[in-house]
Amino acid sequence: MHLKYGSAAEPVSRLIEEFHKLPGIGPKSAARLAYHILRIPESSARSLAEAIIAVKEKIVLCSVCQNLTDNDPCAICQDTDRDHSVICVVEEPLDILAVERTGQFKGLFHVLHGVISPMDGIGPDDLKISELLERMKAGGVEEVILATNPNLEGEATAMYLQRLLSPLGVRVTSLARGLPVGGDLEYADEITLGRAFEGRREV
Amino acid sequence: MPTLKTYKTEAIVLKHIDLGEADRILTLYTPNQGKLRAVARGVRRMKSRLGGHVEPLINCSLMLSHGRALEVVSQGQTIESFLPIRNDLKLTVQALYLVELTDAFTSERIENYSVYKLLLDSLRLLAKVRNAEILFRYFELQLLGYVGYEPQLYKCLNCKATIEPVQNFFSTSGGGILCPNCAHTEPVVKPISVDALKVVRLLQRGDFITANRLRLSADLSRELERIMQGYIRYLLEREIKSTRFRDRLKREDTEIAADLGKF
Repeated sequence: MHLKYGSAAEPVSRLIEEFHKLPGIGPKSAARLAYHILRIPESSARSLAEAIIAVKEKIVLCSVCQNLTDNDPCAICQDTDRDHSVICVVEEPLDILAVERTGQFKGLFHVLHGVISPMDGIGPDDLKISELLERMKAGGVEEVILATNPNLEGEATAMYLQRLLSPLGVRVTSLARGLPVGGDLEYADEITLGRAFEGRREV
Repeated sequence: MPTLKTYKTEAIVLKHIDLGEADRILTLYTPNQGKLRAVARGVRRMKSRLGGHVEPLINCSLMLSHGRALEVVSQGQTIESFLPIRNDLKLTVQALYLVELTDAFTSERIENYSVYKLLLDSLRLLAKVRNAEILFRYFELQLLGYVGYEPQLYKCLNCKATIEPVQNFFSTSGGGILCPNCAHTEPVVKPISVDALKVVRLLQRGDFITANRLRLSADLSRELERIMQGYIRYLLEREIKSTRFRDRLKREDTEIAADLGKF
C-alpha cells in the first residue's frame, strides 16, 4: 500500500485510512484519532479492537422482529410481560430506542431495515416485509402500528403496508401526525397542520 | 462583515437525500434557474420549521443563499402541497415518475421555464385525470421537446417523404418515424400503428384537453407506453427507477382483482 499520509509509518497510515472510511471522519480527524490510539495504553486499544470484533461476531438479526441482538430471539421478543398481540413497525433499529424511551408502548416491534424509495429503486423486496407477513400468518397479532417516518418515503411505505395488511383482518393504525411539543403554530406547514386538525381530539 | 446575498425563488422539490446528522440535500426545480441543489439544515429534526415545507413533490417559496458548493436554504413556505397525491400511494408513485424524468433530462442551472410549468401543471392534473397513462405520454413528449429530443413525426427520417397513414416504424436511435421502405436504415425500430401515431402527434402539439377525452384501448395504451419507454431508455441509457415499483403496484392490483373474481 502506498503512503497516502506523508511520512507516517505503514501501520499508522493504515489506521488513518481505516478511520477515514468511517462516516463524518475527514482526513484530519482520522489522523488525530490514529495518533490518539498511539498514545493510549495497550489495554484500552485492545478493548476497543475487541469491542469492534464482538459486534461483528455476536450481533445478529432477531429472527422474529429483525432487530439487532446478541440473543436470538431478542430480549423484547422473549419478554412475556409485553403484549405479543401488538406489533409496532419501524424503519431502523434506532427507532426502537426512541419508542422505548417513551415508556408508553408495551408491545413488540418489527424493523424493516429501510424504507420504500421508488426513485432510488428500493422496493418492498429490499425490506423485511415478507418477514412481517410471516409473523401475521403465524397468528396472534391483533394490531399493527405503522411508525415509519413522517416523510414521503415513510408514508409511501406505510400506505404500501396498509394495503398488504388490511386484507388479513388485523387492525392497522399509524402514529398520529401533528404538532411537535414546544413548537409554534405559525411555523407549521400545511400538511402537518391539516393532519393535526384531522386527528384532533376531545379534551 | 460580508453579508450573504439571499434571494427568493419558487421551486418544486424533486428529491432529497440525507446529509450528516439532521440535514438534507434537496434537488429543486426552479422557474428561473432550472435545476438546483441546496442544503437544508436541520430539516430531519422533529421541530424543524422548514422540514414540512421542503418534502419532495411540494411546490414552495424559498429563501436561498449561495453556499460554497451548493445553495443553502434559509427559509421556506409551502405554496402547494399536492395533498391528494401525498395521501394516495398510486398517485405518489406516479408523481415520482414525473419528477424522476424531470431530474433525469435536465442539468443544473440551465433555465427552462417551460419544464417548470409542465411539471407544475402535470402535478396539478395528476389527481384529477381519469387516465394517468395519457398524462404520462403527454408529459414525456412535451418534456422531450423542451430539452431537445422532440421526435420527428411528420416526415420520414431517411427519405423525408411525408408519412402516410399506414403502419410505420418508430426509430429510437433516430428519434422519429421511418416509412415502411426506410425501416431498415436504422438499427432499432419498432412498428407504430396509425392510431398510435395520431395520438403521439396530438400530444406533441400540446393538446392535452382533447387527448384526455380519448378512450384508448388497452392495446393502444400499451403500444404507446412501449414506444415512449423504449425511446426514453435509449436516450438515458438506463431505466427510470420508479417505474419498477409502479409496475409492481399495477401487477398487484390486477392480482387482487383476479382474486376477487374467483369468489
